Amino acid sequence: MLDRSSTTDFTARSAHSTVVTVNGEALVHQGSPLKRLTQVLRDDFGLKGTKVGCDAGDCGACTVLMDGEPVCACLVPAARAEGALIETIEGLNGLPEMQTLQRSFLRHGAAQCGICTPAMLLAALALLRRSPQPSEAETMDALGGVLCRCTGYRKIIEAVMNAHAPIADEARTGAAVGARVERLDGQRKVTGEDVFGADDWPVDSYVCRTIRSPHPHARFTIGDTDAYVAKHEGIVAVFTAMDIPGENCFGVIPPFADQPALAESVARFRGDAVALVVGTEAAMARFDASAFPIDFMPLPAVVTVEAALAADAALVHPSRAGNVLAQGRVMRGDAEAGLAAADVVVEGVFQSGFVEHAYIEPEAGFARRVGNRIEVKACTQSPYMDRDDIAKILGIAPEQVRIIPTAVGGGFGAKLDLSVQPFIALAAWHLNHPVRMVYSRAESIMTTTKRHPSLIRMKVGATQDGKLTGIDFRGDFNTGAYASWGPTVANRVPVHASGPYHVPHYKAVARAIHTHLVPSGAFRGFGVPQSAVAQEQLYDELALKLGMDPLDFRIFNALQTGLPTVTGQVFADGVGYRACLEALRPHWLAKREAANRFNANATGPHRCGVGVAGMWYGCGNTSLSNPSTIRLGLKPDGRLTLFQGAVDIGQGSNTVIPQICADALGLPLDRFDLVGADTDLTPDCGKTSASRQTFISGKAAYLAGSAMRAAMLRLANAGDDAPIAVRDGALLIGEGPAARTIELGAMPVNRRGFVIEVEETFDPPTTSLDADGQGEPYAVFGYGAHLAEIEVDIELGRVKVLHLICAHDVGKAINPTLVEGQIEGGAAQGLGLALMEEFFPGGGENLHDYLIPTIGDMPPVTSILIEDASSIGPYGAKGIGEQALIPTAPAILNAIHFATGARIRQIPATPDRVRSAILAAKGEAS
Amino acid sequence: MLSRPLDLDETLRLASEPGVRVFAGGTDIFPAAGDVELQGRFIDIGGLDACRGISRADGFIRIGAGVTWAALIAADLPPAFAALKQAAREIGSVQIQNRATLAGNLCNASPAADGVPALLILEAEVELRSLGGIRRIPLRDFITGNRRTLRAPGEIMTAILVPEPAAARSIFLKLGARRYLVISIVMVAVLLETDAGGVVRQARIAVGACSPVARRLPLAEAALMGKPALSGLGDAVDAAYLAELSPIDDVRATGPYRHDAALALVRRAVDLCAEGKSGGVA
Repeated sequence: MLDRSSTTDFTARSAHSTVVTVNGEALVHQGSPLKRLTQVLRDDFGLKGTKVGCDAGDCGACTVLMDGEPVCACLVPAARAEGALIETIEGLNGLPEMQTLQRSFLRHGAAQCGICTPAMLLAALALLRRSPQPSEAETMDALGGVLCRCTGYRKIIEAVMNAHAPIADEARTGAAVGARVERLDGQRKVTGEDVFGADDWPVDSYVCRTIRSPHPHARFTIGDTDAYVAKHEGIVAVFTAMDIPGENCFGVIPPFADQPALAESVARFRGDAVALVVGTEAAMARFDASAFPIDFMPLPAVVTVEAALAADAALVHPSRAGNVLAQGRVMRGDAEAGLAAADVVVEGVFQSGFVEHAYIEPEAGFARRVGNRIEVKACTQSPYMDRDDIAKILGIAPEQVRIIPTAVGGGFGAKLDLSVQPFIALAAWHLNHPVRMVYSRAESIMTTTKRHPSLIRMKVGATQDGKLTGIDFRGDFNTGAYASWGPTVANRVPVHASGPYHVPHYKAVARAIHTHLVPSGAFRGFGVPQSAVAQEQLYDELALKLGMDPLDFRIFNALQTGLPTVTGQVFADGVGYRACLEALRPHWLAKREAANRFNANATGPHRCGVGVAGMWYGCGNTSLSNPSTIRLGLKPDGRLTLFQGAVDIGQGSNTVIPQICADALGLPLDRFDLVGADTDLTPDCGKTSASRQTFISGKAAYLAGSAMRAAMLRLANAGDDAPIAVRDGALLIGEGPAARTIELGAMPVNRRGFVIEVEETFDPPTTSLDADGQGEPYAVFGYGAHLAEIEVDIELGRVKVLHLICAHDVGKAINPTLVEGQIEGGAAQGLGLALMEEFFPGGGENLHDYLIPTIGDMPPVTSILIEDASSIGPYGAKGIGEQALIPTAPAILNAIHFATGARIRQIPATPDRVRSAILAAKGEAS
Repeated sequence: MLSRPLDLDETLRLASEPGVRVFAGGTDIFPAAGDVELQGRFIDIGGLDACRGISRADGFIRIGAGVTWAALIAADLPPAFAALKQAAREIGSVQIQNRATLAGNLCNASPAADGVPALLILEAEVELRSLGGIRRIPLRDFITGNRRTLRAPGEIMTAILVPEPAAARSIFLKLGARRYLVISIVMVAVLLETDAGGVVRQARIAVGACSPVARRLPLAEAALMGKPALSGLGDAVDAAYLAELSPIDDVRATGPYRHDAALALVRRAVDLCAEGKSGGVA
């Protein structure tokens, strides 16, 4: 176009080139000067360590240094980068100043899933260059622009503030279990080399995009797609429900499966996928969904549980009467009689909204057809479940599907369900060409599962001496348009809604109700965080009405070994709830005293509050088989290969499971090579969900390690406690005169090249629940209690959490650093649930309207690890992933009451809701 | 298409072509584009001398339209700019402050633009240029509604002009539902100038996110005049002085709450300013 001396003119579609200096090298970008620097770095220059989380400057995952200063590369056009010096993680990896920081991140456990890690490191490096020993406030200011959903930020703060602190020489010897082993996959996370869903695809892969319903409920007709394809250069195909060779239906719980991969004539929520458009990368970069030939005719929609339950409500699925997907029920004793016998009864109605997982990695992956098989490489929490559903959709055998999970940039439950997988698999299958797909942030928020909104009515009674007598609980959970994990929520909640207390008379009913909204599914706790908000606030009220200390009330009623749960289960060991509460007592007394003193003298708008809340959570599936299988092989050179199919979504199974296996076998960790999840290579370790991997896959790893040890000992006819060592391709078994040397090279190898191979499965012992919900739904529960110290601005309703003290009975902390990481990250999500997180379908499908805690919202966390071993878990271990989130919100809400006298019945406790509650409480008081 | 002209005449000529948009920091333009490639024609004003830097001349402090919030934070400016600097530190994140410009914040004209109240209390003007010439408009007139300004087709903002302030102090307070990266529920900027005896002789108060355009509160300002600038000065602000605010319900807060919070914040900001303290996050 224009070519004037004073003007640099960039024309998008001409082959314009832009020279960008990246990591000291002048690189040439051919193409649009308006292309985001993120895409230029990742797609043109292959620098995938810069991540894309939102394309809007809201998450900071794409932080790079531009002339030394951190910027969001997603907001910088290529042309603007010309003439600037751009530094990315790849260029900084070689610098000693970065390596020091990376070592600090590994030492402190500051990287979990790793998706935000490069950005955190770059923002921190810019800070450390001007302030080598930064204060906490400086660190927060510098890192405030990068969101992390896993860590709760505190270990990142420690790692940055102590990057240059001298390191104690801690040569590690002895047992792996119980040691603060650095994450075994940590190095590739801190260097940005880990490969996430959007980081790898075959050259020339087509790009897939979805056409989605803009209405919550609509009938639609698709026009002439052949003409559409012909008219749009670079678009190669359109797929609709008619193109699905198998069954157009998937779902995580097969008997309830109801979600079409592509809707057939009726869309049931805003965002329901109705068609796929596949084209070249260049064409799809300019994809305009509005040009697609489709007509939607909106239909009446039910968008609240109340409307869905109305007698004349439209049915979301005709086969489900009254829009009830599932109901769970637990009855013990006589709840009415128990409440009648109470001296004091409290009750309340509690509400919560949709909560978004907001992992920093949007769903992504690619698929390719290999002969008559399909390979799907995408981020997932559940490879074998994906395999079976993809097979069903394509109408092929499960063995024809290979699922290769990429590194997962956070999951928290929503990556248990299919997202991109059926789309890329379908397109790649038909086109016989690789197809990739990356969800935009809007698409991720609009369409993937959420935490269930809840409406809970609960009544609790106790006698004058503080003994709980009865509970009546009813919960309705908005499960959205498709089943997903709704039945699990309906079944789990009644089992848990008493909390870990001895309650003789109990009635709890929970229902999952369909609406024309985004499907609700699994989110860390399966409905239990919502019921805990009701239960733990009512226990507080009850204690205060009885004139009892809320902590003493909980201790007095705490479940213990020998006492039945509400399902009649009696544990002989491993019930460490009371110890968690006792551990909080000194903090509770001191902080309560300090808060009372502060409030008595307060003249300004701030009041302090302290609250406690407890939790329990059953590890693994509810009354359903959920085995894990671990394979372990010994190679002739003496190295061990651990086939570990548990997907590490940041929680640390890639580290914890080898730790367990190493000690069971009696060889050091560095003897092991890991083969990660891949349905062609690793046996099924189930899904990463339900706080089951350390407990169940860990136990399978323990059994595999033990079986390998037994096999080795048999070779030498040695006793059970004989030491084993490996040297120069030989096993040395026993010591002293009885020592034997076994030359491994002389032994035959199997088809996988192993001289010894073992495979062990563990399925936790449970029983099914009877019609009254009585039985043994879980082999093990995890227990915990949190204390929240907060400050409330009573004029503005703004709540600031000052300190969280989190006591958890984990049975055995296999890796204390990773356990603390789970606690801190869970507490951060609990804080978000309590104070700021609510998704409104159709409003705010981004990370600036949907708020998650930033580094500035997270207070110091003190973790107290209680180890009341369960006889079933490996070394006594229990789960911690979901447990950590559950008590935070009710502890904060109880603290708000302490500070203000106001009870918050609807979460999140946003400033306006807190202020209203304070005004209402004042009105009642006067 | 993106043009990066280096001289002003060329910029204005390009700007006069239909459909051409101005690209300053890009922090609003890119998010609005979603995840598809940015389409259309843009002129990048980053290379223009006329838009560069902060300078002083003719009784004005001139902030070029290309000046980022980070550059403003780093600049040596009179104490009356304290509120503007505090606002700058609360805009998005460091990453955003390093790219986003003051002028972009004004032209984008969001009701929740953090820069507007702090510039209103400085009685800033904006400089607009086009092929037709140059004009200056008071900021209070420039933004006319939610995402609406007086900038005409073909015009670009080249600078923000702040009259050299008297020896005044100022403060900015922001209320959001979280720390960092947060759109304001309410924000307030206050400027106080006192005489030798510490009596208020000039007061300016502006409130943002409580009406389509941030507003000054003349009744509240008048109520402070002649009073000693001491702790408790904020009590002089009566709820009735906020009557012209018209806050709405949205995902961040209800309208009635915003009204209530604005009053608390105004009183608090006045007190803090009177006491010579600094602001930031409420």
